[in-house]
Parts: sequence; C-alpha cells; structure tokens
Amino acid sequence: MWSYLFKRLLHMVPLLLGVSLLTFLLMALSPGNYYTALQQNPQISPDTIARLKAQFHLDQPWYVQYIYWLENVLRGNFGYSMAYHIPATSLIIARLWNTFLLSFFALIIAWGVAVPLGIWAAVKRGSWVDHGCSFIAFVGLSVPDVLLSLLALWFAAATGWFPVGGAESPLHDFMSPAQQIWDRVHHLILPAIVLASSDLAGIMRRMRSCLLDTLRAEYVTAARARGLGEGWVVWKHALRNAINPLLTIFGYSLAALLSGAFIVENIMAWPGLGRLTMEAFFAKDSYLVVDCVVMATGLLVAGNFIADLLLAWSDPRIRLK
Amino acid sequence: MNETAPIQSPAIEQPLSPWRLFWRRLRQRRIAMLGGVILVVLYLVALFAGFVAPYRYDHLDTNYSFHPPIWPKPQGFHLVVPRYEPGNGAFIYRLVPNGTKPLRFFIRGDRYKLFGFIPATIHLFGTRDPNYPVYLLGTDQFGRDVLSRLLYGSQISLSIGIIGILLSFTFGMIIGGISGYFSGWTDTVIMRLCELIMSIPALYLIISLRNTFPPGMSSARVYAMIVVILSFIGWASMARVIRGMTLSLREQQFVLAARALGQSHLKVIVRHILPNTFSYVIVAATLSVPYYILGEVVLSFLGVGIQEPNASWGNMLTAAQNTEYLQNYPWLLAPGAAIFVTVLAFNFLGDGLRDAADTKSL
Repeated sequence: MWSYLFKRLLHMVPLLLGVSLLTFLLMALSPGNYYTALQQNPQISPDTIARLKAQFHLDQPWYVQYIYWLENVLRGNFGYSMAYHIPATSLIIARLWNTFLLSFFALIIAWGVAVPLGIWAAVKRGSWVDHGCSFIAFVGLSVPDVLLSLLALWFAAATGWFPVGGAESPLHDFMSPAQQIWDRVHHLILPAIVLASSDLAGIMRRMRSCLLDTLRAEYVTAARARGLGEGWVVWKHALRNAINPLLTIFGYSLAALLSGAFIVENIMAWPGLGRLTMEAFFAKDSYLVVDCVVMATGLLVAGNFIADLLLAWSDPRIRLK
Repeated sequence: MNETAPIQSPAIEQPLSPWRLFWRRLRQRRIAMLGGVILVVLYLVALFAGFVAPYRYDHLDTNYSFHPPIWPKPQGFHLVVPRYEPGNGAFIYRLVPNGTKPLRFFIRGDRYKLFGFIPATIHLFGTRDPNYPVYLLGTDQFGRDVLSRLLYGSQISLSIGIIGILLSFTFGMIIGGISGYFSGWTDTVIMRLCELIMSIPALYLIISLRNTFPPGMSSARVYAMIVVILSFIGWASMARVIRGMTLSLREQQFVLAARALGQSHLKVIVRHILPNTFSYVIVAATLSVPYYILGEVVLSFLGVGIQEPNASWGNMLTAAQNTEYLQNYPWLLAPGAAIFVTVLAFNFLGDGLRDAADTKSL
C-alpha cells in the first residue's frame, strides 16, 4: 500500500516540472511583457526599465528565467507580482484557498446529490424516477456553465436572497466571527451549486450504470436467493462493488470541476485562481499566469492523488499490486 | 448492395452491411434522430445565415437600444408588424396604435455575401421600411438585432466545433496510431506528452496558449487561433485511446498479413489499423463537439476570442454579464439558449450513436 502511494507521489514530480516548463515556454513565446507597456510611457526612463527587467531577470533567455523561477518556487517564493506590486505568494495562496473552498463544496454537493439519485434510479430502473433522473442528467450535461452562472446571477439579483458575486460583503472585517463565517457561506452557496450542477449529471449516470452492472451479477442473485432483504442486497453486496469504478472518475470529475470553477469565478466574481489568471493575463503579468497554471495543475494532481488513495483503500487488488 | 447480379432469389436475404445495420439501429432511437434533425436544421440555417437574418450583424439602430422583441401579428391574411416609438426614460418603448406594416418575404435589405463569396441582398423576411423594424429577439445595447447576430454568430460557433474536431481527431488518431504501433521510446515520449497536456485544467491551458498570440488580430486570424488552441488540447485524449486500441489491433491476423505483404508502416497504420477504430471515433467526436463549441464561447465571452463587431455566441453573452441588463433585458440570454439546444442535440445524437455502435447489447 505505502510503496504504491509513494510511487504515485514520485510520479507527480516530473509531471509538475513538465507542466511548469511547458507554461514557461508558452510564456516566453508570448509577444511583449509587462514592461512593453511601460516603455510607451515617456515618464519612465529606459534605464529604470532596464534595471527593473534585470531585477526580474527578464533580460535573460527564457530557460535561465525558468531556472531562477524554479529555484525560488522550491523555496516557497512565487516571485513578485508586477501588476499588483505585492509578493505573488500571498496573492496566490489566498486565491488558491478560495478556489479550493469553491471546488470542495461543489464536490460535496455534486457527489452528495448524484450518488443517492444514481442509486435510486438504478434500483427503480424503468420507473418514472429513472426517466426523470436521466432527463435531468441530459439537461445538466447540456447546460453550459456560462449560461448557468449568468442565470444564477440573475436569480441572485432578482430575488435578493443571495449576494451578487464576490466572496465577502464589504463590511466583512467589522463582523463578529460567527457572522463572518455565515457571510462567507452565504457568498459561497450559489457559486458552489452552479459548479456542482455541471458535474452532477455525469456522476449520476455513472453511478446508475455501475450499480446496474453489479445488480445483474450472479453473486447478487445468490444473495437474493438466500433470502436477504432487497435493501441489504443493494447496500452490502451490489453497492460495495459499484463504488470502485465510480472512484476512477473522481479524477476526471475534478479536472472538469477546476475548468468549471474558472468560468464560475470569472462570471460570479469569486476571487479564485481562475479570476486571478484572467486578471494577470490582461495585465501581461506573465509570471503570475505561470504561477496560476502551475498551482491549478498542482490542485488537480493532488486531487488525483487523493482519488488514487481512495481507490487503493476501497480496492485491495490495487494496493496489493 | 450488389446490383449487378441479374437474378436474385427473393428467398435469400442479403446480409446487411455493418453500416446499414448501424443505420437501422440508429433509426430506432427516436431521441438520437431528433438530435440529428435539430443539428441538420441548425447547420443549414448557419449556412444561409445572411439570407435568414433580417439584418447584418453590424446593422446599428441607436434609437432602438434594448428594444424588446417585436413579433408580427396575424391580421386578415397577412402578418403585420406593429410599430413602437421610444418613450420617455431609458429604453422604454410605446406601441403606436394602428401603425402597422405588413410583413413581406424575400425582400431586399442589407448587403451580405452568401456562403462568404456570393454577393446578395435578398432576405427571408422584413418590412422594407426602416421605421418598422422586425426584431424577433429584441436588440442589444447598440440597437443591433439579436436574432441576426445570433445567426451570424452560429456560423462561427457551430463551424469551430466541427473544424476543431476534424483537426484534433485527425492528429490524435495518427499520433495515437504511431504511438501504439511502434511502442518503445516513441510511445513513452508521446504518452508522457499526452499526460502532461491532460493534467493541466483545460481552461488554464487555453489561457496560457492564448497568451502566446498577440492581441488585436483580424477576426479570421482569431478564428484560426481558436481552432489551433482547442485542437492543441483535444488531440491528447484521442491519441491515448487510439493508442490503446492500436496495441491490441496490431497483433491481429489481418495486420500481420498486411505487414508480411511488405506494406509500409504508415500504410498499415492508416489503411488497416485506424479504420477499425472509426466506430469509436465517430461516437467520441459527436460527444466532443460541444466541448469545442463551449471552448470558443468561453474565450469570446472572456473577451479574448472573437471580437466585436463580429458576432459569436460567446461575445454576445458578455453583455448579459451586467446584472442590470440581465434583469431588464432578458432576451440578451438568447445565445445561451442556442448553445444549450446545440449541446443537447449533440448529446442526444452522440448517445444514440454510442448505443447503435455497441452491437453487444442487443
């Protein structure tokens, strides 16, 4: 078990290195940088720009920049945001935490709703419950995140039940701790639901088909033949084996979730990594773009690692390999 | 079937070819056929967008900003268009009593180019009178007809999906075929590259790729750029699956026979191995087109894709991001509904194709 996990962990290192190298290369290929705009400004002398460029190693070839960057990142220093004029580390950590919160809650909502619904649809196969679920799944798969986020904004603005965008109200700092927590949750609910609903359909369909497969298995028939109650058969015999293939899509659903979070953050003004990426992109703050991409990938890779962990825990065939 | 045979005994039924069998299984699925029909209609309308749209995508009418939808009403044997006047206050319009004009078909209007090269002025419907506009889906903040922009936008949004899929799946199949066929270090390098691309959350990768292109490109170049970006990401997952299929296919007798006959590696891959993956590829392609359409929508929505005044479903939705607009002028969400219908139709068709291709579960 441990050697398997250790191997998976080691596998992540070259992957993250490769991703950072790729994004760095893409950044080097991009025309202009933050200082191209500054050069147009007659009030800033060329000497100042040259000095600033040298300070951030922007006068060096990209692979030298990469080595400097990597060295700093390994020390936990994500450099300096040229557009925000603050160290990028604090900025990224705060945004990463927000994206994590959003994705985590969306994940809980999506799985918490999809798994029971999938089980229900599979057990009541062919009934109106099943048809209703598959209809919801089709609609859920087809509604684009962009539209859903816009509708959620509309809903928030029309009813006034939820704040329109943002992660906390302007008075957040003056609230008592309990109010602060409620304020955060209140802002989180709508984006998390939007994000979850795009993921829900796929999980529900998968859960249903996995459970249907195991319900047809002979050991389930055998369990029924021994006179076990239907609830017991589904819960103890069928479901236990239907969970494994479901866990393998956990990783995929995470990738979709992070891309979905990118859209939701940008439309609903949730200050997460996706929003930061776009802000940095428009400000031509290239290092910050690279940092964001690497952090998002890190989040995804970490999620996949957790998926492996869960799979190893639930399926002895994998951890004993 | 075999039509050269002069006499055919009616008692012997010809076995159906796999494609005919596939078609018959698909025909039985109502939902899939419905999806297919919707798609045919959507693509036909997109092809003739200039003709169907009453106005050009950049036809401005600043007196009619945020005009609500105007629907022709039946009157006797004609359809007549009511007239509205700008009222007091911002974007409030009053109905002018008794002021109607009959709706006419095949009228002359804005110039456009049919299929992109035939100059034409004939439009499907309109009133000929600029004081009697027909805005079936209302207008946007510049007084441009939402329906016309939706139709012009569909040309971009719908075609990007198909072209993107063609490009990335062709690359994915060939690279995956090469990877599985040769194995060894070629395989290792290609598969690591695929893993690399697939491990970056798609939209983050799209934005870093977008970063490598200069801002302020012409719309044709932006279009090409979006296709290139989406294909750069899309080929990886295809290549992985094709590689897996190739690994088992290359040990099959017919492949060994082709190799024994001395055919070149490339020919074996393209002529003998890849055709056997087609049924999977077609299903996967149908189910993946929505992702390409959505990719364009998101890029244009965020302002880094198709630029104004050109219309795309994505950049039309940008206006709806303003909650004040959204609450008062909900027809701005029309492109969102169009995206939804398109994606739903692709999912319906894709699901039916998958069931029809799966011959095991009869």
